[in-house]
Amino acid sequence: MMPDLGKYAVAVLGSYAATAVLIAALVGLTLWQAARVKRALAEVEARAGKSDG
Amino acid sequence: MSIWEYANPKKFMATSAWALPWAVGLTVVCLVVGLVWGFFFTPDDYKQGSTVKIIYLHVPSAMMAINAWVMMLVASLIWIIRRHHVSALAAKAAAPVGLTFTLIALVTGALWGQPMWGTWWAWDPRLTSFLILTLFYFGYIALWSAIENPDTAADLTSILCLVGSVFALLSRYAVNFWNQGLHQGASLSLDKQENVSDVFWLPLLVCIAGFVLLFLTMVLMRTRIEIRSRRLQALLARERVA
Repeated sequence: MMPDLGKYAVAVLGSYAATAVLIAALVGLTLWQAARVKRALAEVEARAGKSDG
Repeated sequence: MSIWEYANPKKFMATSAWALPWAVGLTVVCLVVGLVWGFFFTPDDYKQGSTVKIIYLHVPSAMMAINAWVMMLVASLIWIIRRHHVSALAAKAAAPVGLTFTLIALVTGALWGQPMWGTWWAWDPRLTSFLILTLFYFGYIALWSAIENPDTAADLTSILCLVGSVFALLSRYAVNFWNQGLHQGASLSLDKQENVSDVFWLPLLVCIAGFVLLFLTMVLMRTRIEIRSRRLQALLARERVA
């Protein structure tokens, strides 16, 4: 199944690995920031709701 | 219905919440199909051997690195002219995504260049203008972080984006301006003679669609974060005053 990459295996596999790492870092950071901001906003809105009510 | 409706954060949040699952699904499908097709089911190139498989990462990422800056330019112009906050936040949200694509293009380019050109790097017009674009991405992100007032930050980063657009354009057209350097011309062309062979072109198109969708998905997600973050800061400021 795995294609024979010959003498260029390091370049080809290195490219795919580096891309996977960079995209995973971007997606992971984005999901972490999204969860953190959503949670913080929910807490502050709850506090604001209590003080308004 | 007008496009300016999306300048309303509530409208943007509602529409993006509906669109995001579709965007995520389409991104995953296009990237998996394109990359599996390209990696496993395309032949080696008669000149470049198996390194041609890097094309499925390098070309879409380089394309999106430049297009992300163009999107930031349009959003910045909308901010400068119409003062819509969502557009400024969308430009801010796109910068880390564009930077990631730029880094992918640089790394895969170096890994491709070494066996083909015999060097990881050359001070070729396209490569150099692309490196300067990368530095503009870093500068743009740093400038947003350095200024506390969000409107002032949006103003100054918009100006920086206008200046950086010169290098975004140079990255794309440097090969045409200067007939020198190692980097070849466009891989995709309407001219059949210049275009890459169909056997590489079709999976490449799917990969490009995947990278476009990945950009769209990430920008939608990150703009939502920025809108929530802006609201959070406003509520915290109100708490401090009360």
